[in-house]
Amino acid sequence: MTISKRKPKKENVKAKADAPGNKYVLRLFVTGILPNSTQAIINVNKICEKYLKGRYDLEIIDIYKQPFFALQEGIVAVPVLIKKFPLPEERVIGDLSDTDKVLNGLHLV
Amino acid sequence: MRKVKTSKKPNSKFPKSLTGIQGLDDITQGGFPKNRPTLLLGNTGCGKTIMAMEFIVNGIVMFNEPGVFMAFEEDTDELVVNVESVGYNLSKHLSENKVYLEHVRVNRDEISETGNYSIEGLFVRMGRAIDKVNARRVVLDSLDTLFYGLDYHTLRSELKRLFSWLKQRKVTAIITAELGDGYLTRHGLEEYVADCVVVLDNRVTNQIATRRLRIVKYRGSVHGNNEYPFIVDEKGITVFPIISEAFQQKSSTKRISSGLADLDDMLGKNGFYEGSSVLISGTAGTGKTSLAASFAYSVVRDKSRCLFCAFEEAPNQVIRNMESIGFRLGPFIESGMLTFYYSRPSLQNLELHFIAIKKIITDLKPVVVILDPITNLMTEGPNSDIRSMLTRFVDFLKTQRITVMFTAAITVGSIERNPSDEGISSMVDTWIMVQDIEVDAERTRSLCVMKSRGMHHSNEVRRFVISGKGISLAPIVRSKKDLLSEAKRTAREHGNISTSK
Repeated sequence: MTISKRKPKKENVKAKADAPGNKYVLRLFVTGILPNSTQAIINVNKICEKYLKGRYDLEIIDIYKQPFFALQEGIVAVPVLIKKFPLPEERVIGDLSDTDKVLNGLHLV
Repeated sequence: MRKVKTSKKPNSKFPKSLTGIQGLDDITQGGFPKNRPTLLLGNTGCGKTIMAMEFIVNGIVMFNEPGVFMAFEEDTDELVVNVESVGYNLSKHLSENKVYLEHVRVNRDEISETGNYSIEGLFVRMGRAIDKVNARRVVLDSLDTLFYGLDYHTLRSELKRLFSWLKQRKVTAIITAELGDGYLTRHGLEEYVADCVVVLDNRVTNQIATRRLRIVKYRGSVHGNNEYPFIVDEKGITVFPIISEAFQQKSSTKRISSGLADLDDMLGKNGFYEGSSVLISGTAGTGKTSLAASFAYSVVRDKSRCLFCAFEEAPNQVIRNMESIGFRLGPFIESGMLTFYYSRPSLQNLELHFIAIKKIITDLKPVVVILDPITNLMTEGPNSDIRSMLTRFVDFLKTQRITVMFTAAITVGSIERNPSDEGISSMVDTWIMVQDIEVDAERTRSLCVMKSRGMHHSNEVRRFVISGKGISLAPIVRSKKDLLSEAKRTAREHGNISTSK
């Protein structure tokens, strides 16, 4: 788990660069260490390890530290998990405690 | 930009933030609560967005307070185009970094909920926006989109947080929301979250739509309770409150000539009081417009400005007709002394006519305003409304020390039969009646002063002559013909009595 500090431009490039591979590109946006956010981080790691082991690229971004992402991704509700690839882009909100909804919402299985 | 009232009531300790919207600051006695959120409710097409935008733009232009506009419904590009069509130069403020617009998209279809969440993302974005321009004013337009997109129960508590977040940031905020079936009002949210609640409304009566504004709640402050009409035009929003200052205003003892020496004679030899209201009533074809034009003509010849509001005839027609009786108004229009306001009464509500006229008056600063005829406006609404509106309008003119002349067409018969006329006559200072009287099977124009407050006036009925040289009143000495007809009439009356017996 890494907290990204890259500039948004690079982030886009990265997403495209990963595109040809068969990996799931996921972005989780959180706000600091608020309970929902910490819960979401725990849950997303659990889900990825269980269902997408070795097939995912997860990045966790704190919008308190990088508020520009909130605008770029049009974020209102947090935490929000966005599936960048494969297309179409999809998102789920909440602390990700309902695993079925996460999997259905992002079409992960 | 327009003038701003900076005078605050000495007893108001409650800090307020002026909106700069004409009339609204009068009703709220100084604007919206400073550093707190105000809820602006109303249905679609009431003018919520425009009012909120004017609040932001005025903040920049008048009070040097930068603003943030969070648009939930419109794209920012759309928003700029829309508000620029109403006359705000938003692009300029944007380039000067005085205002920041952000479009917040909420789409339920794209989101599924997997557990607890907050709208912290919105706070992060707002915080960033506020820091960007150092904003003192914030608008969120409108909250309903949030409700359509997200879970209601979560939002309810989140909105509470939103309001306290705004207070913490010490910004004066306007939050708009739908009224009626909207979520906010249905669940009584405004009861506990906002210090000030304003409701806008767009009502259609007799096929004429009028926008109205009402302050439902203003915690810790006195405010006007009524519904006040307002208009949106290329100069922004104008709210029309009751102006009560007229009662404290000193009444002028200066006189202004009626433009007719004979009539001045009848009015204590000096004419009307300056800043008074004059009514000329009469049946069709008795010369009301001619009298009004004669007044206007004398005013402009004295190098004073006059505003002539014509609701019946087009200006060109008035000019042509008046030329036929010796009043050449054309040159005065060219020199700018005489201005015509022409509008069809049915085009808009009476209130809106008044607001439009009020705006012209503010720009033009005329000495005399003529409304010809006021009765044409009367058809456009129930009577009590009209009376209160006319009263407000007359009050406004009195504060400006403008002499106003109304003409009123009445139906053949007694005044008592026409209640609207009675209504006006009680609030005018001078009432002149022109009538057709029948003398020897011939109609003769006559004029009399029904009342004139605060001056000696003649009680006589005089003959009123309109000729190619203008208007004159025939001498008081009765002609032989009059005497003759008098004799004939008595004879006929005697005859009637004898036949009935």
